[in-house]
Order: sequence, then structure tokens, then C-alpha cells
Amino acid sequence: MIRFLLRKALGLVGVLLAISLVVYAVFYLAPGDPAQLACGEKCSPAQVLQVRERLGLDAPVHLQYAHFLQGIVAGRDFSAGTGLLHCPAPCLGVSYRSGEQVTDMIAARLPVTASLALGAMVIWLVLGVGTGLLSALRRGRLGERLLTALTLAGTAVPVFVIGLVLLIVLCAQLRWLPFPSYTPLTEDPQQWFWGLLLPWFSLALIESAKYARLTRSAVLETLAEDHIRTFRAYGVGERRLVTRHALRGALTPVIALTALDLGTMFGSAVLTESLFGLPGLGKLLVTSVGLIDLPTVVGLTLVTGFCVVLANVVADVLYAVTDRRVVLT
Amino acid sequence: MAPRETRAGEARAAAPAAGGRQVWRRLLARRTVRAAGLVVVLLVLTAAAAPLLTAVEGQDPTSYHNDLLDSAAGGVPTGSFGGVSAEHWLGVEPGTGRDVFARLVHGARISLLVAVGATLVQVAIGVLLGLAAGLGSRLLDQLIGNTTEVMLALPSLVFAISLMAVVPTDFSRPLLLTLVIGLLGWAGTSRLVRAQTLSLKQLDHVAAARLAGATRWRIARRELLPALAAPVLTYAAVLLPTNVVSEAGLSFLGVGVKPPTSSWGQMLSGATTWFRADPMYVLLPSALLFATVLAFTVLGDAVRTELDPRAASRLRVGTTGGPGGPGTTGEAAA
Amino acid sequence: MSPEPLVQVRDLVVDFPVGDGHLRAVDGVGFTLEAGQALGIVGESGSGKSTVASALLGLHRGTGARTGGSVLVAGVDAVTAEGEELRRLRGGSAAMVFQDPLSALDPYHAVGDQIAEVVRVHRPVSRRAARARAVEVLDRVGIADPARRSRSRPHEFSGGMRQRVLIAMALACEPRLLVADEPTTALDVTVQAQILDLLHELRTETGAGLVLVTHDLGVVAGSVDRVLVMKDGRAVEHGPVADVLGAPREPYTRALLSAVPRIDAPAAPGQGTGPGEVLLEATDLRREFATRGGLTRRTAPVTAVDGVSLTVRAGETLGIVGESGSGKTTLGRMLVRLLEPTGGRLHYRGRDIGALGERELRPLRRELQMVFQDPVASLNPRRTIGESVADPLRVAGERDERRIRARVGELLERVGLDADWYHRYPHEFSGGQRQRVGIARALAPGPRLIVCDEPVSALDVTTQAHVVALLGELQRDLGLALVFVAHDLAVVRQVSDRVAVMRAGRIVEQGDADTVYDSPQHPYTKGLLAAVPVLDPVEATARRHARLAAAGA
Repeated sequence: MIRFLLRKALGLVGVLLAISLVVYAVFYLAPGDPAQLACGEKCSPAQVLQVRERLGLDAPVHLQYAHFLQGIVAGRDFSAGTGLLHCPAPCLGVSYRSGEQVTDMIAARLPVTASLALGAMVIWLVLGVGTGLLSALRRGRLGERLLTALTLAGTAVPVFVIGLVLLIVLCAQLRWLPFPSYTPLTEDPQQWFWGLLLPWFSLALIESAKYARLTRSAVLETLAEDHIRTFRAYGVGERRLVTRHALRGALTPVIALTALDLGTMFGSAVLTESLFGLPGLGKLLVTSVGLIDLPTVVGLTLVTGFCVVLANVVADVLYAVTDRRVVLT
Repeated sequence: MAPRETRAGEARAAAPAAGGRQVWRRLLARRTVRAAGLVVVLLVLTAAAAPLLTAVEGQDPTSYHNDLLDSAAGGVPTGSFGGVSAEHWLGVEPGTGRDVFARLVHGARISLLVAVGATLVQVAIGVLLGLAAGLGSRLLDQLIGNTTEVMLALPSLVFAISLMAVVPTDFSRPLLLTLVIGLLGWAGTSRLVRAQTLSLKQLDHVAAARLAGATRWRIARRELLPALAAPVLTYAAVLLPTNVVSEAGLSFLGVGVKPPTSSWGQMLSGATTWFRADPMYVLLPSALLFATVLAFTVLGDAVRTELDPRAASRLRVGTTGGPGGPGTTGEAAA
Repeated sequence: MSPEPLVQVRDLVVDFPVGDGHLRAVDGVGFTLEAGQALGIVGESGSGKSTVASALLGLHRGTGARTGGSVLVAGVDAVTAEGEELRRLRGGSAAMVFQDPLSALDPYHAVGDQIAEVVRVHRPVSRRAARARAVEVLDRVGIADPARRSRSRPHEFSGGMRQRVLIAMALACEPRLLVADEPTTALDVTVQAQILDLLHELRTETGAGLVLVTHDLGVVAGSVDRVLVMKDGRAVEHGPVADVLGAPREPYTRALLSAVPRIDAPAAPGQGTGPGEVLLEATDLRREFATRGGLTRRTAPVTAVDGVSLTVRAGETLGIVGESGSGKTTLGRMLVRLLEPTGGRLHYRGRDIGALGERELRPLRRELQMVFQDPVASLNPRRTIGESVADPLRVAGERDERRIRARVGELLERVGLDADWYHRYPHEFSGGQRQRVGIARALAPGPRLIVCDEPVSALDVTTQAHVVALLGELQRDLGLALVFVAHDLAVVRQVSDRVAVMRAGRIVEQGDADTVYDSPQHPYTKGLLAAVPVLDPVEATARRHARLAAAGA
């Protein structure tokens, strides 16, 4: 187990390095002068030169990358106007636009995205696993066909479509829900909850369709396995067969997928956040992209990439913990 | 010694479901499949005949009609349901007054072209790299494997957004979208093809072909590629609707197709501004997007159940199987 | 003693739904079984024997199958019983021991918990008492340190031990009837003997009845009192085991019996030709497998073949026999160079082929062919059998389509198939026919040596006999050298001139077939031979006593 984790950690670092290299290469070699971008359209050549020096953009690309890495590991200093700006370790650079540290910008938005992702997860698990189990048990009946059709439709809707429709119907027309907004949990839990309810549901409805299908097929698959026949032949009741044996088989893939989805969510919440105007990582990304604020974009890509890779490792571990047949090596 | 036990199972998995014609017939026998097929055919026809249809309506997707907008209300179309009239069958766009019907049918072109193009790119790269990894040397396998790993870990939406932003705007946006979605999404196919190739390689009929003295190329062509067609097709059918959504998502965020070109996602990018004043304008592209993706998903799902015998039996078990069913019927029928 | 027999089956009919209609799997079978007696149901695949076994517990209920007739088990009719009564029957008064012990247990729960679950279904006892009962029965079936092992999951047991766990589960509620469905099919011969001995012992001890379903006549000989022979859903012959096996009345039974290879009958293969020149010579051949590849992880490699030396001469048959995991398949694949040896030398007609690359091997390939075990996997399902057989000809450069057709037709006829079947696909054929296609393909390039890897282990006993006969015939006619790899000692004896016994990657004994079988030197060979089931019930019982005495000593 420890060896497995060590190896995974090593792989994680490797993948992140690769991602950072790709990101760096793509964005910094892309057409357009970063210094010009940082300075703005109306800068004079002299000003651009100054900015270039200040941001260390005059160094060769590989040195720039080295500095970038150094910043992440040990922090680095930027000359900001008159004095030095110290950017402590994990330093992802400084925004061209606001001069803020990217790390701080991301840290400020993280709670929003985390609230969104975690809340949605609770709903999609309850909704998805419940629906999947129900449709597995009532297989062949009318209600089950309806559920299957619904979940198929659910996997098909883009989140911004369902979000928009819910927004129009529930908030604008019926006025059952307040328009989505973000209030920190620490400030006002009640407002936090109500403000996020619609985004949660928009995300969760789509995700739960996936989980319903997964649960259904895993339960049915397990029910068709030989060991279920064994327990049936020993007089074990149907309900117990499902709750104790079949559901246990579905648990492993559901848990592993949850970990993966949660990790991916930090990057893919961008659609939900832009739609509902929530100030999370995704919103920051869209804004930064619009402003062509490269350090922020690179930083966000790395951080969301880190979440995905970490989720992969967690999913692997959870897989092994819940399914003892898997040996981690 | 170790791999022996699993062979029989894999052989069953690799066995063909039936001839292509039979699969067609079974697919067409399903009502949902026929309905979904109809939707797709209509869409393709609409997209192909987009200029013709707009000519019939007498409009084009790019002309402004400021006279149809209520400037006092901030640019909302005058008239009910977003300005529906005999000239503008589905009303006009708020803010610009461009014809919604014309933009929708032209948008269908972009959505379909980008999705199909991206799927082709993904499948082509995936099959090529997957085969190379499965058949090539260990070093090559490792190299491709690691690359795939990185691609899977890449936060693709974030990366796509950033990529779309840094490429200069004079590059054709639909083409760029196709390339970005295609280049970021091949990892799954490559993994699938590699795994399939590896398990196929284990099968005895491949060993027999080697013993017959067949070259590596002949083995790939005769023994492996035909068996890969079904799983790859199935996977592509699942990728297609995902790509429709990806295109719409990027355009929705304002980094994909940009006006005056229209796509459904692009039309929705104004949604957050207009959904209260002009819900019709928001609902139309939403409905089309939904119908398209649903139709593709239904088809993909049907293709998968028909071509993947394991998935099929898994789903069928629910209605006919049961205690002692599979094992004993198997023996009786054998 | 009791007026009512334990099991009374009358006119049992089972129909399975197939497409629009029904398929009759069991057609009017009837038998009775007294408490403490054992009945063997034997038949080939598709005979309906397992279906009868399932019907004893009413397992066809709710599957869409139609069941007719009456099946009285301990006073309950399994055809009509409902609810609580049916539940009491299943596991309470009758218990099933399933085949394939890996998939028959839930992989996620400890075996002790699984047995305890069954106990609690039938008895109003506490969780703790049920666990205690589980440990008790695990101990009874010979699981060492049962309290600790009861907390292990199924995959932590070996195949034989898992089968014991399943038997323990069956014993948990002291049923009056045990139904064992092919309980030893997946097991090695030595383990099979242990399991059969255990079943026998339990029956005499508890007085329960036993229904033993198997395809292997040798298995029933020493284990049951009466035998029911089934074919196509009907009972062909039914009587005391000594009568049915010793003096069968029905032609089908006789055919079945004569098809069973005898371990004690010295066969006379390969006479006349005599051993020719040395074709293949292996010296200290080794093969290791890296358990898991990768740059960052290195684990100790597993040695599958560990220093094997042997020679194969033209026109002779070398049998290689061993249990699962002995490395015999790996060895066979190395001999035709499907696998590269990691050590030692391999000479073919004086030339070292052990380290040749694929390109250099290609011209030699046609002389070294192979027949594979699995008749399903060894033919490409997407190509016609004619194309598969023609492949070696085309690869060798033959372009004339007419000549290819003629040659393939000839080959198909040579192995007993119809030349017109060129355009048929593998799924249209039975297992035995597919194996014949495989043989035709191996013959196509005109080889000097064929390695047969378990060529008949997936086939029914009558089909098995036909294929073995075909191989022998081909060898005589064409002067081929055969290497016959198998786990079945009797089959190997039937075909081989010389035999090598493998265990854990090494050859423990090799020599003349008659010498090895009649006076084995190595204790492992002796154990193997002692474990082989024999058809004579008296002899089988004697062997059981000998085994028990040896174990007790």
C-alpha cells in the first residue's frame, strides 16, 4: 500500500510536470507577445520592454520555465514598480492585469467551486444511486422504462441547457427559488444553501443520470453472477440478495467514479459558474481568458489538472479498499 | 501459464454479434431507434439545405433588423414570442434583430460538422496510437501509454477554453474547434484500442496465423482490424453526442464560434442576458441541442447494445434470466 | 426403513423458452433416492443433467422455464412449493454444491459470513451462533485453522479449498440431501480425489442422500450407489453402479464407456515406424514471466518452465502431462517458438532456433505447427473455415485459387469434414468439428511436428475419442511427430510412446509410456496415478481406502 502510494505520488508529479510543460509551451509559444499583452494595447515599445524585463520575459524560454517551476517549489520575487514583490511557495506567477498573485486569486475562488461540487455530489449520489437501484429492481415494468428513458435523456442534456430552463421556469416564471448567488458558508449558511440550490440541481440532474445507469447495470450484472444463484439456492430472499450482495458489487464503481467526477468538477464547473454568475474557478478562467491573462490561465490549468490527477489516485485507492480482490502494487 | 484461464472468456467477448445486415435489421426494429434516426436524418437534411431554407424564408443569418427591436426595453424584439412574424418565422435575435430561423439552421451546420469532424479526428488518432501501442515495442507502448495518461489528466474543458483563446481570431473558428476537441479527446479511444489489441493478440487464432508464417502486417489486417471495428464504432457513437455538447459549451462560453457565424451554443451565449426578457430566444436553441444530443445518444446506446454482446446480455438478464437461468439454459441449448 | 423415499421424481419435464418457442431440456425423467444413498447423473453436455439437479431445488422457478411432473424432496414438491416452504427446502432440507467455486461465492464477503448468512436464513440463531456454526462446518470439511480462515474472502483460497467451502455451506443446516453439480470439474485430479473422498465421508457420517451430477464416468464409479445415464433430456439407463458400468444394457451407455480412455490399458501407438531422426531437442529450457512490467516497478519474475530437457523424434508421440500451473502449456508454446525461451537451448534438426527472430523463423514455421485447446478462440470468428485453413498456403506464396481450393478440400476431408464446408463460419460448427478444422489448418503447411495443447479437454468424451483417434491415424499415415500436452493422464497414455510428467516447471519423470504408468518412480507420479478415477466401482473403492490409509498413516 505504502509503495503503491509512493509510486502514485511519483507518477502524479510526473504527469503534472508534463501538463505544465505542455501548457507552458502552448501558451508561451503561442502567437502574440506576452509582454505586449501584459502591458496593454496602448503601450509604447519602451514600456513593453520594461514590462518584459520586470516579468522576466526577456530570458530564454527554458529559463522562464525553470523560474516558473522554481516559483512553485520555492517561491520567487518579482520587481513590482519600485520594490520587490515576494511570491511565496507555491507561486504560480502574477496576473498581468491586476498584479495580484495567481495563487491568491485561485485560493479566493476555490471555496465557491468546492461548495458547488460537493453539494452537487450529495444530490447526485442520492438521486442517481436511488434511481438506478429502483430501476434495477423494477426491471421490465413501465415505471422502469420511464426511468431508463429519463436517465438517457439526462445524460444527453448539456448543463447550461438544463440550467437555463430551470432558471427560466423556477426563478423567472414561477419564482419558487431565488436567483443563484454565492454567499460564503461561514457568513450565512442559509443563504449559502438557497443561493446554490439551483446550480446544485442543474449539475446533479445530469450527473445523477450517469450514476443511475451505472448503478443499474452494476446491480443487474451482479444479479446475473453465479454467486447470486448460490444464495438463491439456499433460500436467501430477493431483497437481501439485492441489498447485501448486488448493491455491494455496485458500490465499488460508484465510489471510484465519484472521486473521479469530483476531481474533474473543479475544471468543468466553468459552464455552470458562467451560467449562474458564480465567482468560482471557472468564472475566473473565462474572465482571464477574455483578458488574455496568461499566468492566471496557466495557473488554473495546472490547479485543475492537479485535481484530476489527485482524483485518479484517490479513485484507485478507493477501488482497492472497497474491492479487496484488487492488489495494489 | 497465467494467462490461460482468461482466454475462453475473452474469446466469447471477441466473437461477432452477427453479420452487419442483421445488426441493421435489429436496430431498425426498435421504435426509439427509428425515431432517433428520423431526428438525425432531418437534422442532416436541414443542415445541408440551410441556404435553401433561409432563401425560402427570404432571410439570411447575418442581416441586422434594428427596426424590429424595442430599444426602450433594451433591444427586446417587438411582437409576441420574440418577434414571430410571417417574415421571421421564429422571431429575431434580441439586441441585433438577426433572423432566428436562419441562424438556427445555419447553426445546425456548424454543430454537426464540428461534432462529426472532431469524432473523426479522435477516432483516427486513437486507433492509430492504440494499435501502435498494442503491437509495437514495449518502449513505444510505454511512451504512448504515458502520453495517454497525461491527456486523460489534462482538464480538457479548461485547456480547450485556453487554447481557443490564445489562437488568433483570424484562424477559422469551426476548424479550430474541430481540431481542439479532436486533439484533446482521443485518449479514450486509444486506450480502448490498445486494450482490445492486447487481448486479441492473446487469442489462439492470432498465434495460429503466426505459425502459418504470416507477417505482422498481415496479422494486423486479417486478424485484428476486423475485430476492432465493432468496439471502435461503438465508442465513436458515444463520442459523437459528447462532441456536440463540447462545441456548444465552448461557443456558449464565447470562445468557440463567434458572431456573425452562428451555432446553437453561440446563440445561447447571450442567454444569461436575455432569458428573462425573451425566453423564446433561449428555449429554441436549447430544444434543438437537446433533441440532437438525445437522438445521437439513443442511437449510440442502441449500437452499443447490439454490437457489445456482453452489455446486451447484461441488460437482457433482467427480464428473462434469473435463478439458475443462464447456466442451465446454456447447457440445454448447447 | 422409512416408507417414503428421500427423493421421488416422476415424469419430470423442463422446457426452456428459446426465441418464440420452447426447448425441451428434460423429457420425462424419473428416479427415487433413499436417505443415505447416492445417485450419479451422468451425461454429455446438453443432456439435461444439470437441469435435473436444479429442478430438485426448484431453481427453475421464475426463470421463464416450464416445469412439469413432480419432484418430491423430503416431502416437499419442488415444482409447486411456494414461499416459506420453498425457502425451507432450499438449503434447509436439500443443499446444492455448485461447480466453478470461484464464481459461486460472493467475492466481497468473508466466507464465514456467507455461510453464517445461510444459517440465519434457516435457523433463528444469533449472528454469533451462526458464525460459530460456520467455523464448525469449515473445520468439518478440512479447512485448517477454520476460525481465522472464516474471515478470508473467496479469492484467498485455492480452487480445491473453495470447493470445500461450498461443501461446508451446503452442510451448514444439516440438509437431508446434497446435490453436487460437477463439483470437481474445475479441479486437478489429485484435488478431485480429495473432494470426492470428502463427499463420500460426509454422506456415510450424516446419512444424507447425495445426487452427484457429472460428465465423468470415472467420478461416479467410486462415489455413488446408483447411476442414471442421460442423453438429450431422457434417461437412457438407470441402475446400480456396478451393473451400469460393468454390464451396460443400452448401446449409448456402452458407447460412452468405450470412449472413456483407460489409464490401465497400454495403448500401442506409433508401431511400425519406430523412432526416426531427432527433430527437436530442448536442453535446460527455461521461461520466466515478469509478473508486471513497467519502468518504476520490478517484481521477481515467475518461472513457468525451469530447466526442461527433452527430445522429440520423427514419427513418435511425446506426451507431456501435468496439473494446472505445471508449465506444460508454456513449454508447448516454446517448442513451436510462439514464445521465446529465456534460457537454455532449443535445436530443430540440428539448428538452434531458441533465439531466432520472427523473420528468421518464418521459413521454419511451416514445419512446426500447433493444435490449440480452445476450439472457440483458435479460429477467427470472422473468417470462413476454408480461409483459415488456406491461410498457411497463401502465406507460403500459393496464388492459384483453384489449387488452394482443391488442397483445402482435401485437408477438410482428411480430418473428416465435408470439402463443401469451405464457406462456413466457425460458429456453425460443434466443438469437435472446430477442433478438426484446427487440425486441418495445422496440417496445411505440411509440418513435421505438431504440438497439441490440451486438444481434447474442451470436448465431450465421445468426441474426445474421435479426435484422439484422428490424431493417431494422421500420425501413422503422415509420419508426424506429435507432442501431446494434457492434464488427463488416461488420454496421454492412450496416444503416447513416451511420457514426461511435469510439476512446477520441471520434468519430474520421463520415459516409456508403459514404464512410467506401470512402475512410476517419482512420488508425484505415483500420487497422480493413484488419484485418477477408475471405472470399476470395486477398484475405485479399494483405491479410496488406500488413499485414506495413506493419509491416515
